[in-house]
Amino acid sequence: MSKVTLTIDGIQIEAQKGEKVLWAALEGGIYIPSLCAVRGLEPPFAACRLCFVEIEGRGIVTSCTETVADGMVVYTNTPRVKRLRRTAFELLLSHHDTDCSSCPGHGNCELQRIASRLGLKLRQNRFRPVPISYPIDSSHPLITYDPNRCILCGKCVWVCNERGSGVLNFAFRGIDTVVTTFFGLPLADSGCNSCLECAAVCPVGAIALKRDVRPPRS
Amino acid sequence: MIFEEIRDRAIREWEGLRNSGRPLILIGTATCGRAAGAMEVLERIERELGERGIDADVVQVGCMGHCYAEPLIAIAKPGYPPILYGYVTQGTASQLIENFILGDDPCLEFALGALEENELIPTIFDMPRFRYERRILLERCGFIDPQNIDHYIANGGYSALVKALEMTSDEVIEGVRRSGLRGRGGAGFPTGEKFGICREAEGEPKYLICNGDEGDPGAFMDRAILESDPQSVIEGMTIAAYAVGALHGYIYVRAEYPLAVERVRFALRQAEGLGLLGQDILGSGFSFGIELVRGSGAFVCGEETALIASIEGGRGVPHPRPPFPATSGLWGKPTLINNVKTLSIIPHIISKGADWYSSIGTEKSKGTAVFALAGKVINTGLAEVPMGTTLRDIIYGVGGGIPGGKRFKAVQIGGPSGGFLPESMPDIPVDFDSLTEAGVMMGSGGMVILDEDNCMVEAARYLLDFTQRESCGKCTMCRLGTKQMLNILEDITNGEGRLEDLGLLMELAQDVRDGSLCGLGRTAPNPVLTSLSYFRDEYEAHIIEKRCPALVCEKLISYYILPERCERSCDACVGSCSVEAIYAGKGGVKVIDQEKCVKCGICLDSCPPQYSAIVKLSPLSLVPPEEKKPEKSEEGDG
Repeated sequence: MSKVTLTIDGIQIEAQKGEKVLWAALEGGIYIPSLCAVRGLEPPFAACRLCFVEIEGRGIVTSCTETVADGMVVYTNTPRVKRLRRTAFELLLSHHDTDCSSCPGHGNCELQRIASRLGLKLRQNRFRPVPISYPIDSSHPLITYDPNRCILCGKCVWVCNERGSGVLNFAFRGIDTVVTTFFGLPLADSGCNSCLECAAVCPVGAIALKRDVRPPRS
Repeated sequence: MIFEEIRDRAIREWEGLRNSGRPLILIGTATCGRAAGAMEVLERIERELGERGIDADVVQVGCMGHCYAEPLIAIAKPGYPPILYGYVTQGTASQLIENFILGDDPCLEFALGALEENELIPTIFDMPRFRYERRILLERCGFIDPQNIDHYIANGGYSALVKALEMTSDEVIEGVRRSGLRGRGGAGFPTGEKFGICREAEGEPKYLICNGDEGDPGAFMDRAILESDPQSVIEGMTIAAYAVGALHGYIYVRAEYPLAVERVRFALRQAEGLGLLGQDILGSGFSFGIELVRGSGAFVCGEETALIASIEGGRGVPHPRPPFPATSGLWGKPTLINNVKTLSIIPHIISKGADWYSSIGTEKSKGTAVFALAGKVINTGLAEVPMGTTLRDIIYGVGGGIPGGKRFKAVQIGGPSGGFLPESMPDIPVDFDSLTEAGVMMGSGGMVILDEDNCMVEAARYLLDFTQRESCGKCTMCRLGTKQMLNILEDITNGEGRLEDLGLLMELAQDVRDGSLCGLGRTAPNPVLTSLSYFRDEYEAHIIEKRCPALVCEKLISYYILPERCERSCDACVGSCSVEAIYAGKGGVKVIDQEKCVKCGICLDSCPPQYSAIVKLSPLSLVPPEEKKPEKSEEGDG
């Protein structure tokens, strides 16, 4: 496999030809936030809009969709990059149950990690919260699914179709988009084969293993 | 059958119809005609002809572009020039049969004009609009029966396919490239370039898709072409398929266009029946089949990657590009995807040559542009003008200007992805690059004209509401960014906006534009960005003065009865009010109880025009305090 060399934030990085900038950077020890990226998935899902970088001659792009090239010069922290990812991050929080203390993902949450890595706040007040109040599905013996925590990264849908029994998918559109089962059946009745891969890939606390669940919210 | 035989037979059929010695009645039954009552007119005509035993031919045709005057019928009676009649009702149709078909009075009072040069009356081509129009794509629309392939062939149809099949595919691509044709779906990518990329792309089989998912509110050009001249799209697709080496094509038509679906399906069968589509087309060895796919009601499916996902049976959501469909599209194979208008112009380019085509238009935008004129313009309908025609010529020359002597305020170009151009820019040439420079886009060609009675903030809110609902929900920026923009716009139109919201709105609009995954999200902020830059004063009036300058935003206006104009003894407004908010005050002058009023506006329409006593006021504080409605003592008396 041939290699290419690119410069990210002034650091020379070697990457496999055909690799996306996001993975090249992460392997080179340069942090770029992302929620939806799955290495090797083609075409990339490219939905979370957090992994922006600025590439000389290309402008602002998502690093999960951009293939590395020899001599490419990438910046991960320009003012424009910071502004776009802050907006995307805060938009996600505006439609997310941010009561972290009661969340099964608390302490192992990608949103929390991104916030602390980038110095962003988990409480945003730029945007008005968009009401979200789906019922929590705890029908399944091993996992719970709380759509109010879901940030629609699509990883569970991908993994369920790839390795599980393919019961998860997106439904509806726009602001009403939700990950759900066929006809919205409870997970227990959905034909789920309990591979639990969804809980493993969920970057937040939307799909979580039951035994890790803290006492239910009052 | 060889093509000469097909063509000769078609010409015989066409000439036979025109020179039968019987009166020929053409009636426009495209969607615009039907909406205006064409089917009822058709039924009346057929019934009367039958009852009176009149020997005449009735042919259903498509849309001539004069949608404002629908239903339209044309009558060709031996001894007279063919005459076009507009605003035809069942009654007019009866009169025409009585007086013109049976008698010898051509009822010129109903005529829009003749369809051919003659000594009797001016032709419709003498109308001022035809000084600006140049009809290529629309040339046959409304003049031929879309359900009769012979009409198409007799008028030059399919000769371009015959010519193309004698050329090499490279020659076809080169011709399209030299013509300078750019994609009519909105982005304006050079079509020949795209053909070349798809031709060169590795992977078999290759596919071709015609994008007929015209979803912009106020745009109906593609519908008119699919309903009026479907064979031109099929011929264009076949030539394009030959050029890029595609064996299978799809024509993706909105499910909301049932008539277009029906006519295209019928047209496909006719073309197949004559061997112009299918296996070994005209003995050339080239095979190409077309399948019709009905869209499933999502605006985003007009975006090419979402459209492809939809054909594949998946959710209509976009994928990041590259790879572009031309290299990896349907089922991961090279796929040529073009708009209806782009494909249907191809036969003209092949027939008349690249030089002919590139002689029309501007340096960088060649050919003609088809616009759907809608909104506050006299001649709503379709217009085809050379690229580079000014906005003024389109709105005033072709469109006939603004009805009711109102002031032209803005034009909304390119659907919800486009933007607003203010009245101060009437001389901007309408072509891809000039429009992009002005912050709007050509889009698919919808043009909605706004006058002084339109509120720009409300117009932006309306479009954002549309894109927000039509967002596929995949990417954060579009799904939530458009929602948050809409929240701000709703606050402003409700009189709850704050000045700092404008900064946030601008920031957010820029971020959604720069950060969204697909074209829908990237262009959704255009109405906001353009209205903010050209009409910021209106936003500020809403926020600072709580005033809607166009008197549109319900929460910021009051209905008020001018005491000096109220006739007092007239009760029209009182009777019209469904919530009983209007009462007789001192001296019989009618008064609106502002607390009860639901601002439906019916009273304003009910007030007789000679009084015109009811006005809209904004801000609310302009309404003078009124005496309270006297308590009814006779309550319950009946």
